[in-house]
Amino acid sequence: MRRSPKDTAESSRKITRRALMLGGAQVAIVATLGLRMRRMQLEQADQYRMLAEGNSVKIRLIPPARGLIYDRNGILIAGNEQNYRVTFTRDDADDVDRVVTDLRRLIALSDADTAALLEDIRKRPPTTPITVADRLPWDDFSRVAVNAPALPGVTPEVGLSRIYPRGADFAHVVGYVGPVSDYDLSRIENPDPVLRIPKFQLGKLGVEAKFEDDLRGHAGQRRVEVNSAGREMRDLGRQEGEPGENLQLTIDYKLQNYALARLGEESAAAVVMDVTTGDILCCSSAPSFDPNLFVRGISVKDYKTLTEDDHRPLADKTVQGLYPPGSTYKMVTALAALKDGAITPETTVRCPGHLEVGGRRFHCWKRAGHGPVNLVKSLEQSCDVYYYDLAQRIGIEKMSEMAQILGLGTRPDLPMSAVAEGLAPTKAWKQERYGKDWLIGDTINASIGQGYVLASPMHLAVMTARIASGKAVEPRLVRARGGVEIPAREAPELPLDAAWLAQVRRGMSAVVNAERGTARSSRVVMAEWKMAGKTGTSQVRNITAAERARGVIRNDQLPWNRRDHALFVAYAPVDNPKYAISVIVEHGGGGSTAAAPIARDILLFALNGGVPPLDAYPSAQRGRIRTQHETLDLVDPDSVSSDVKTRV
Amino acid sequence: MSYLESNLKTVPTGLSKVLYLNWPLVILLTAVASTGFLMLYSVAGGTLDTWAEPQMKRFAVGMTAMFIVAFVPIWFWRNISLAAYLVALVLLIAVEFFGAIGMGAQRWLELGPLRIQPSELMKITLVMLLAAYYDWLDVDKVSRPLWVALPVAIILVPTFLVLAQPDLGTAVMLVAGGGLVMFAAGVSLWYFGTVIALIVALVFGVLESRGTDWQLLHDYQYKRIDTFLDPSADPLGAGYNITQAQIALGSGGWSGRGFMQGTQSRLNFLPEKHTDFIFTTLAEEFGFVGAFSLLMLYAGIIAFCIHAAVVNRDRFSSLLTLGVGGTFFFFFAINMAMVMGLMPVVGVPLPLVSYGGTAMMILLAAFGLVQSAHVHRPR
Repeated sequence: MRRSPKDTAESSRKITRRALMLGGAQVAIVATLGLRMRRMQLEQADQYRMLAEGNSVKIRLIPPARGLIYDRNGILIAGNEQNYRVTFTRDDADDVDRVVTDLRRLIALSDADTAALLEDIRKRPPTTPITVADRLPWDDFSRVAVNAPALPGVTPEVGLSRIYPRGADFAHVVGYVGPVSDYDLSRIENPDPVLRIPKFQLGKLGVEAKFEDDLRGHAGQRRVEVNSAGREMRDLGRQEGEPGENLQLTIDYKLQNYALARLGEESAAAVVMDVTTGDILCCSSAPSFDPNLFVRGISVKDYKTLTEDDHRPLADKTVQGLYPPGSTYKMVTALAALKDGAITPETTVRCPGHLEVGGRRFHCWKRAGHGPVNLVKSLEQSCDVYYYDLAQRIGIEKMSEMAQILGLGTRPDLPMSAVAEGLAPTKAWKQERYGKDWLIGDTINASIGQGYVLASPMHLAVMTARIASGKAVEPRLVRARGGVEIPAREAPELPLDAAWLAQVRRGMSAVVNAERGTARSSRVVMAEWKMAGKTGTSQVRNITAAERARGVIRNDQLPWNRRDHALFVAYAPVDNPKYAISVIVEHGGGGSTAAAPIARDILLFALNGGVPPLDAYPSAQRGRIRTQHETLDLVDPDSVSSDVKTRV
Repeated sequence: MSYLESNLKTVPTGLSKVLYLNWPLVILLTAVASTGFLMLYSVAGGTLDTWAEPQMKRFAVGMTAMFIVAFVPIWFWRNISLAAYLVALVLLIAVEFFGAIGMGAQRWLELGPLRIQPSELMKITLVMLLAAYYDWLDVDKVSRPLWVALPVAIILVPTFLVLAQPDLGTAVMLVAGGGLVMFAAGVSLWYFGTVIALIVALVFGVLESRGTDWQLLHDYQYKRIDTFLDPSADPLGAGYNITQAQIALGSGGWSGRGFMQGTQSRLNFLPEKHTDFIFTTLAEEFGFVGAFSLLMLYAGIIAFCIHAAVVNRDRFSSLLTLGVGGTFFFFFAINMAMVMGLMPVVGVPLPLVSYGGTAMMILLAAFGLVQSAHVHRPR
């Protein structure tokens, strides 16, 4: 239609012409390639053959020593130890089966291990060294080393491997390293060649993972001469790499150790924070696990034990665990109401033991009621009705705004894994999340830290530190990097009136020190270390009206996982706050009985820099405290320095 | 009704198409691929399952694809050219955002179980679209500036996307393949002359400006040029790969060291020995005889393509055949020139021999287009 036959014939001729020109150019290029081949392979073959024979210089990478991790006082938390291992390269071996049989006479290899090894050797590319045995005792290793000339393909190697001297104490904060996996490699853009060294260790979790780039260091190079079988003959020279940077954490080794021991068998967490610098001195989650197991490659059985434990040892409850904060949230509601002007510290609310809102009856924990209640008394005796009343006056948005000011509902900026954001709910949030309208009952629940409100122990520690200091302190985990001190940031003042904070602090002091305070039994009697705090008990189940009528079932009669969570937040000393603490005991029952005594012990340990003196406790409790301290498994502070520091 | 469709009656139909395939081409392709299996077996130290066996499976899939493509009439392929190009372009953009990282550059796209490399697909769809474009364009408009600008844009858009990955090898291939189709379509030689003159001027400028105030490249880029010009200057650093490749190649001699006897690849002196540098292993183990034979097999494939293009009177078919043949030519010529030190190292594999799935299957499918053009040619 468009194209006439003549047109086509002409264009066809043109294409033919151009095709022949192209063909000519291609012939010329092929001829060039052929001539180059001839020149290299025929004329210069002897020269290249000589180069090939003399081609005996290989470059080997020297893995860098991983940076060490220290506590705030320079005690080693994560170090490196010598690791003796034996690798096998199929390409260098003549008869794989014979070599493996000979090797089994020197080191213990089970039949199953041998089968797995042979399978590995068959599957991997022939030039990849395969680890036959790791962490060999020196005797086995030296036996292999002596016999190496008779075992082609077998290489005895000395490397460094990560070790965590008091592993379980720091497992959740520091995390652990493990051999680089194919999955790890696939996630990294331009992986450092050092990562391809077999069994090279990479941070998998926690600080080890977050500071991987700083801790790893840079590989060195070694030039070696090899013979025609590829075996190393001699070193020609080396260019040293750079070891990774050391890290110093804000964690206090001894305090961390004490806290974990004190939490004991409970499923619990404790966070201690410096109220002015934000330094995290202690961040313990119990029960813990031994990270060294993961470094060596954890067995299926051990892993199963860890994952099936209902106390969830692998989870870091301090930053990953989210709980309804219960009554520890009352400071938020109180400060929100004060800021709003809805109340003054003197405003009194009458507590008859319950409050009717929207046709529903909300109970105070004390059925008989507290009578007239003002701010200080409401905290001291943890009156719920007072807060129900405040909640109705100010609404949820003002409460959640205050929660944000105190650091709740925002993700703490910490180099730890899976740090939880928490939740300070708003109407918009519920609409978006559930597609439902916010109800007044939700506000009532939130006022005492139940319902949708969620916080981690880290959140609660930050909240307490902010109330105690009046400053917007941020938590901080790293003190120095590569030997360079990171200065603590000066925290800005909270946008809160000093008088309100003073009243809330008075209430918190009354909780512990006043005659009717909910945590009076956990008071400190030494004047300079007196503590202020707030108890919290958060329900994990609903109490029905029928049950309430019969009488609420007591915690100790419920199965463990249905019991209330026990919480306690505190700071000390009362007059000049230094440290803030939050403790949660999962399903521990009441905050005053399960959490407050633990918080007091840890806080006193922090203030004293060691096991607290008995003088600090009320005289009636001293006998019990003494036995308790005798049974704790603590590291001896003196042996810590000598034992641990010798390992490099 | 176009010229081609008027001659439909004589085009073979149904299974009889098998008889009209360009069988010598099929045999040559199989011979090249078999050389590849042999070399992959050798570099894996005498094991099949590392590289050789997966490669054989892909070859079987690619061959099947080639026959299916060959049986579909060529005018169908012409009609979907634009759509195919656009799909490849969208995938190329998608790879920018969702691509997996391979060897330091974003190249793969994971779609369920499929892992595709859109840049490989683009090499062929670009040639298809340009062939269709010149089939549509009146012959007397071919050299008018506006009608030259359009195909230049068609080439440059994917080229810049590929450069951003960054994949210099594929970018070079796209420009070369597209330029070749434009050349074959009869675009005035003045354009090509001008472009070549500009490139020469640029190279001159880059080299001359070194060390002056108006230096055009970074120092490290000049260092790479030095390495190319004299790899022995830094044999243990940047020039290591190319020095080792040349030693392996040259030491092959007349008949080579024998199958699986190559010491250089065995001792791991060679980099990327199963992908871009596989030719060195062949040259070391089978010597000049083996290396030159492979070169002749490749030349044979190109010769058959040019012959098929010349005898085919349909414009789209001719241009497509030349384009596919040309792309194939650039693959092996660039790769061989690179390992023999005639060109700087850019990542271009040896076609049908280097280990790699997408490239092989797409090349075979492209030869399916060549076969389809041959089977359905106007008679």
